[in-house]
Amino acid sequence: MSLNKEQVKEIAQLAKLSINDSEIEQSTIELNNILSLMAELGEIETDHVEPMAHPLEMSQRLREDVVSEADLSEEFQAIAPKTGKQHFLVPTVIE
Amino acid sequence: MHTLSVAELSKSLKNKEFSSVELTQHYLDRINRSDLNAFITVTDELALSQARAADAKLANGSGSVLTGIPFAHKDIFCTKGVKTSAGSKILDPFISPYDATLSHKLNIENMVMLGKTNMDEFAMGSSNENSFYGPVKNPWNKKMVPGGSSGGSAAAVAGRLSPFATGTDTGGSIRQPSSLCGITGIKPTYGRVSRYGMIAYASSLDQAGPMTQTAEDAALVLNAIAGFDEKDSTSALRDVPDYTKSLRDSIKGLKIGIPKEFFSDGLDSSVEKVITESMKEFEAMGAELQQISLPNSAYAIPTYYIVAPCECSSNLSRLDGVRYGYRCKDPKDLNDLYLRSRSEGFGDEVKRRIMIGTYALSAGYYDAYYLKAQKVRQLISEDFKKAFQNVDLIMGPVSPTTAFELGAIKDPVSMYLADIYTLSANLAGLPGMSIPAGFSNNLPVGLQMIGNYWSEEVLLNAAHQFQTQTDWHSVLPENI
Repeated sequence: MSLNKEQVKEIAQLAKLSINDSEIEQSTIELNNILSLMAELGEIETDHVEPMAHPLEMSQRLREDVVSEADLSEEFQAIAPKTGKQHFLVPTVIE
Repeated sequence: MHTLSVAELSKSLKNKEFSSVELTQHYLDRINRSDLNAFITVTDELALSQARAADAKLANGSGSVLTGIPFAHKDIFCTKGVKTSAGSKILDPFISPYDATLSHKLNIENMVMLGKTNMDEFAMGSSNENSFYGPVKNPWNKKMVPGGSSGGSAAAVAGRLSPFATGTDTGGSIRQPSSLCGITGIKPTYGRVSRYGMIAYASSLDQAGPMTQTAEDAALVLNAIAGFDEKDSTSALRDVPDYTKSLRDSIKGLKIGIPKEFFSDGLDSSVEKVITESMKEFEAMGAELQQISLPNSAYAIPTYYIVAPCECSSNLSRLDGVRYGYRCKDPKDLNDLYLRSRSEGFGDEVKRRIMIGTYALSAGYYDAYYLKAQKVRQLISEDFKKAFQNVDLIMGPVSPTTAFELGAIKDPVSMYLADIYTLSANLAGLPGMSIPAGFSNNLPVGLQMIGNYWSEEVLLNAAHQFQTQTDWHSVLPENI
């Protein structure tokens, strides 16, 4: 499987990264080199292998549904690029 | 005093040979004179105030074995009120509003944080050249890389700018820089040390650990940082032993497996010679060596470079210029804000991995890449399970070469290949260690040890015994 420049642009769009025309050539080559490294996995027979998502066989713990954190909204908003009226502000989305 | 280990410093502080303030000032002076670029932030004032508090504890006899000991903290751990950048422009403005559990655990020992160490951006890299704050120099030869991603931590300890440092290891980021800088580093079993407040790269692989001068120091620090944390849902609910208790045990009869795949074509012959010599040392101490096979270990590279980018593409999606971190100037709409904040904020390697992960997880490709990689991950893990039915420890090289020149490896795939021996322990979740084992062309070579799940005691015991028979760990770079 090999990517063309259009596909690379589409992936960048999905990843919310912009990629300009001067970078696209090099990026496509690099991504294809990485993907050809991954093609090695095709050599291995894995039809009956259980996928491993996590190194430890553990189940998620449950806890009482009680408030465990203090309200730190002021601290968290203090480090935001732009806030107002206890909201994080971004450019207008709906006029 | 900067040539003393943590264990030795602890005794000197107890015996009032010097105060924590004097010790801290000594290290701060060394850091400020250094040209290694090992630190992103030096926390002079905070360090001295922590040292004064530690001296008060030591004076009334209520300090612990670690009280008053300075350390360097990888800039991936959140530290309340102190910049936590993860080596990235996108987090350059980020002053953490809270402490990572690991930071908190070192604080309650009344330890002294000298500063935050340089690292590859978001821990993605094997040379520390991917940092927004510039590369770190290797104290053994300043033209060489220190390894990565915990390169600043490794250089700080090797250059004796700090008695020890913290590190994280997702695919070798504690072990490889420890090897390249000639220090001792341990990546514990996945789940042993809390990941809360440790900026996530690949959540099913990341694990924190100490980077020290000796195995004894690693045991002392691991005692303080290991253990269950209800804030981390992947933290293991298991008792933590006192890792210093078993250090002095004999290793007679210890069964060591040598995987033939770890001595493949790419291994530098002078590195191989050092590793073979150090195995003989273990044999002389009564350990039994046997050849083993980890047949799927060569597939660790493609497996890792699918799993880790997939997880990172998800983890790093939170960095969007809205709630914290870098925001681009004058965004014209919300999409422009996302696109430019991320594109201007992330470096090339991080973007590359986000793109690979995004592609591998996208509709139509999930089975071919991510699911396939998870299945091979299972096979790699099963190889280890089989091997540990017959052996107590696995040994081999950490890295196929010693430290390479800054700027020497430009192609991403060539850089990935250098991780060949370290990735499989992360994929399986096993503990691994690097200890100084000798030199090749005046550059340090690390011996890798991989243990069974929760066998940090076995690793530290074997490492400590090796360090009682050899003095590679106490050889210093020039002009230290």
